[in-house]
Amino acid sequence: MNPSLSFLSLLSLLLLFSSALSFQSDELPFNDDDEFEGVRSSPGSASVAPPVRRRPDLDISSASDSKSLQFSLEHSLGDSEFSVAGTFTARLKSWTHGAQTLTKLRFTRNAISDTEKGLFERLLEDDDFYTIRIPSNVLNPSGKDYVVSSVRARCLPRESLDEHFVIHTDGVNVLSVNYGSAGGCQYPRPLKSPSKWSFSSYTVLKNSEQAPRTPTFVEQIIASENALEEGLQPPEKSFWAKYWMYILPIGFVLVNAMAQAANAAAEDQNQGGQPSQRAPAVRRR
Amino acid sequence: MEARFLLGFLLLLSLSSFAFAIYEDQVGLADWHKRYIGKVKHAVFHTQKTGRRRVVVSTEENAIASLDLRTGDILWRHVLGKNDAVDQIGLSLGKYVLTLSSQGSVLRAWNLPDGQMVWETDLQISNPSNSFLHVLGNVKSGRDSLSLVCNGGSIRAVSSIDGLVVWKKDLSIDGLKLKHVFQPPESDTIYAIGFIDSSLIALYHINAKTGELLKHATQASSVDLSSEISAISSDSLVALDTSRSNLLLIKFMAGTITNHKLPLSDIVQDFSGLAELIPTKSNDIFVVKTPSNVAFIKVKGDNEIELIGKADEAGIVSDSLTLSEEEQAFAVVHHSNNAISLQVRINGREALTEGIKIEDHRGHVKRVFLNNYVRTDKSHGFRALIVMEDESLLLMQQGEVVWSREDGLASISDAVVAELPVEKEGGVSVVEVEHTLLEWLKGHMLKLKGTLMLSTPDDMAAIQAMHLKSTERNKMTRDHNGFRKLIIVLTRSGKVYALHTGDGRIVWAHLLTPLLQSESCPSPSVLTLRNWRVPHRKALQENPSILLVGRCGAGPESHGFLFIVDSYSGKVLETQILDHSIAEVVPLPLADSSEQKLHLVIDDKLNAHLYPRGSDALEVFVREMANMYYYKVENAKEVIKGYAFKKGCSTGSSAYCFGTRELWSVVFPSDSERIVATARRKINEVVHTQAKIMTNQDVMYKYITKNILFVATVSPKAAGGIGSAAPDDAWLVAYLIDTVTGRILHRVTHQGAQGPVHAVVSENWVVYHYFNLRAHRYEMTVIEIYDQSRADNKDVMKLVLGKHNLTAPITSYSRPEIATKSQSYFFTHSVKAIAVTTTARGITSKQILIGTIGDQVLALDKRYLDPRRTANPSQEEKEEGIIPLTDTLPIIPQSYVTHTRQVGDLRGIMSFPANLESTTHVFSYGIDLFYTRIAPSRTYDSLTDEFSYVLLLITVVVLIVAILVTWAMSQKKDLQEKWR
Repeated sequence: MNPSLSFLSLLSLLLLFSSALSFQSDELPFNDDDEFEGVRSSPGSASVAPPVRRRPDLDISSASDSKSLQFSLEHSLGDSEFSVAGTFTARLKSWTHGAQTLTKLRFTRNAISDTEKGLFERLLEDDDFYTIRIPSNVLNPSGKDYVVSSVRARCLPRESLDEHFVIHTDGVNVLSVNYGSAGGCQYPRPLKSPSKWSFSSYTVLKNSEQAPRTPTFVEQIIASENALEEGLQPPEKSFWAKYWMYILPIGFVLVNAMAQAANAAAEDQNQGGQPSQRAPAVRRR
Repeated sequence: MEARFLLGFLLLLSLSSFAFAIYEDQVGLADWHKRYIGKVKHAVFHTQKTGRRRVVVSTEENAIASLDLRTGDILWRHVLGKNDAVDQIGLSLGKYVLTLSSQGSVLRAWNLPDGQMVWETDLQISNPSNSFLHVLGNVKSGRDSLSLVCNGGSIRAVSSIDGLVVWKKDLSIDGLKLKHVFQPPESDTIYAIGFIDSSLIALYHINAKTGELLKHATQASSVDLSSEISAISSDSLVALDTSRSNLLLIKFMAGTITNHKLPLSDIVQDFSGLAELIPTKSNDIFVVKTPSNVAFIKVKGDNEIELIGKADEAGIVSDSLTLSEEEQAFAVVHHSNNAISLQVRINGREALTEGIKIEDHRGHVKRVFLNNYVRTDKSHGFRALIVMEDESLLLMQQGEVVWSREDGLASISDAVVAELPVEKEGGVSVVEVEHTLLEWLKGHMLKLKGTLMLSTPDDMAAIQAMHLKSTERNKMTRDHNGFRKLIIVLTRSGKVYALHTGDGRIVWAHLLTPLLQSESCPSPSVLTLRNWRVPHRKALQENPSILLVGRCGAGPESHGFLFIVDSYSGKVLETQILDHSIAEVVPLPLADSSEQKLHLVIDDKLNAHLYPRGSDALEVFVREMANMYYYKVENAKEVIKGYAFKKGCSTGSSAYCFGTRELWSVVFPSDSERIVATARRKINEVVHTQAKIMTNQDVMYKYITKNILFVATVSPKAAGGIGSAAPDDAWLVAYLIDTVTGRILHRVTHQGAQGPVHAVVSENWVVYHYFNLRAHRYEMTVIEIYDQSRADNKDVMKLVLGKHNLTAPITSYSRPEIATKSQSYFFTHSVKAIAVTTTARGITSKQILIGTIGDQVLALDKRYLDPRRTANPSQEEKEEGIIPLTDTLPIIPQSYVTHTRQVGDLRGIMSFPANLESTTHVFSYGIDLFYTRIAPSRTYDSLTDEFSYVLLLITVVVLIVAILVTWAMSQKKDLQEKWR
């Protein structure tokens, strides 16, 4: 056995020792089928993410029921009270296994009244906050809990007032709403008024991503160990490929020596049979 | 070739993992370890004629320890679990310590000399309540003796030899609470006395050997009985009624019970208020403590009692100590200013009074335990173990404090770091220099011998000793490398200690709450401490100081107070009782003109009060107020709210008081999520670079913001311990929230996972630890966040032409474009605390400090928690240092920073930077304290202490000599050549 390879396997054993211990029983009790598939929605997707609890035996598309519901957006301009500013419409889908999710979110803004416009202009002047809120429980909006979000008013105006909602839901409950301008917001914030006093709104509904499963490597480890065994027989290489690094310098030396020999012979001829007198280079002072 | 490369790689890897360890002779060079026991609640003396005199104590930190009575050193110590509070301790057979814990359900025996556990018995008590332990003196079945554990209406007799339950008697009467068990001498009958529903007195006769019920009797009581009793003789006991103003004398003779009511006001003149019975053992004497005095009362004949002694001031009374058949001693301790007087009373008469001066930072006496010994003149001598308000422990004997232990340090609640004073110039005498020079030379000669392997074992020992008591590390001045600092800690009792990082000694200690105790501040307690002034630029000459914040009462609405304390001396610079409550203290990254850090104190009505009070502080704050935000996690309501500050507050018109207005809220659905953990970045963390070069020469920009909050929620079913929920009912959601806008930056659900969750946030990543129910293992997940909006800054031309947005100010109101990378790994241990190393400039690679279940601190390289690890890293990735993906994080024994030490009941780990970039201080605390310095990427910027300068010098000299010699030789040769 090649000693370096035995050393290698010893080392790898040493290194893997702690982890190898825990590899022994790693049965995957559930959902073996979709182990690495994961259930994830891309962070930017505005569509419905899959329900929170999913089982492989359930048909996802078998939504048994879906009904429409509405909830309102309220806003506060500066320190004023909250007032209704728009309405969200969504469809509530109920899955056969009991979970419910919101889909197809639509948003309609109420037109801005003159008083609101005046208030908003003051907000812009003071660089104050424009605050919105929506009920956290949309099925039963009478509840007291609202999710609130604010933005500096000066972030909103572009052509019109551009706003961007990201509503984080957990099936039906609204966890939080992220409210802000559609793009970036400069700092320091310059004072500018929109040319058109109306909101253009974008809404995004987001569900939680599923964490991918922790990878387990029982198979890979076994495979790599097998590979290690196989690695004992390195693939045959051609003679040239193996020893070029030795052949090349030797060849170089040989060529050099031959050239020198040829030179010496030529010199001998030039000197014409005289005994060669080789003065050492050091004496040339 | 590949095999060879792999070999080299593995070799490198194994080397890199071993490189973090220290050698055996380096233990104690930079680290120190202190062991404590906590606040003592029970003590049993063991003072036999032969063997070591010791005292066995149990503490409120659930520790059992045996202390040497001569020195106070810990002979052995065990720390029981968090839910395993010790109820009672006792001695049995003269060689075992018995402990009853977990509300009377677990009885253990420990070997007295070495603390080994001999046996443990789970008594399987169905409804744990007030249990008590009674060790029988003279029931001898063979050579065994029995211990009785009474719980409610049941008695268990446990053999002291092996812990087996010999017999079990359930008296099965509703409402019965056994109060006292005793056994007359030379008798096989046990008498058990209890109260039924606080109106009936019950007496049971039980056979001590079999547990058979021989006889029982009940008697109605004339008053409602409280739970306090005092057994005064073999056939009588005294109880207090529920109003605590009447005594009931109960006698039981020959199976009958008589009781007699005695109003306390008849015995003790000017009695008022609530009385308290001090437990006594026998001898017809009992002690009643009233608010104004302590009365010693003797029972004479039938139902007659007599006041035999009185201690006027309300002092602390010890349990009784039986000297002989007739004599019983009590200790009464009074405390005044900075002296305590110990008074020993035998049968109520004053036998001994000693006054002792003690340091005034220890507060009042809380408990006293009395022990006696025989003096050289055959008379009784007494020693007393005293527990003080600051939880320290003193042993008093012959009017002196024999030893004292600072056991308050076992309950650290908060800690900050302060600098030491700058070294003064000059003032070193020539003699001193000569002496140190000689020492220095001697030391280096020794070191040289060590290096050249010429040293004898004696020399080796000398070198080691020299290392350990190097005066450099214990100096009281600042050093260039920033290795010497003060760790200022706050303990549960409100005492503040300054510890030197060199050897862990206490530089100063102060108990500040007694200074404040007054009408307006009835029960002050310190909540937290912060750095108030850090020496910096303009304030280099000013002493640094710290801020202590507390509240005057128990409720959240009680008024707050604050202290400003000098860090060098512990002197109180300023005291202030505030006119508002304290809910939270928010340190701001601002300072006023005298470098005092600005703090906002948020009260329970959500007003913010600015400190320090000063016009320039106000000016600084108002200027920045528009960019200040505050968030609050309301755990009870599962809500997180964010606020901005505005002028004018709801409670007053002070210029320093600001109102808040709600900006955002995140409402977690209470039926599916519970907040279990939050974590955020350290306010003073330094990040070296915001760009990260990937292997393909690509640049990723870290999303670095100080306003990131990590929140973990679990399903309500999984909020309990592991095993309380099925994998299908358990999930854990991790959130990353921007605390300025309330934006959820990232949200991920782990199915089948549950708490406890421990998390740490640093730079642009978060690492959290939880339990995976599906895999039956603990897991750690890392999330790294990258900023995509800057991703197009990779173009060099753009950078050259200045067309990049890297210098543009960042505002949270811009919609962030972030990308996250995440990876989960299994981890073998459960975790008690988690932290990350911090260095001065953030260049050094990071290590995650994990407090393991074994009370050790493990330093895990952040490279193992890299989401970019893949199973087969490419050549470039390997060169970058990416470790091949494994599913489990390795635990390398050499990477324990605590090496062989354990930090009992580990609660917290703190890391703070030294001036040297490579090095960081690590301070971990629990019942024990452990401090060390670690270098996560090794000390690349300094020579180690072991570096032999003499060897270097000698090498240089030898080289110079060699150069000269060869030069001379070549000259000579040249000359010869020329002459040839």
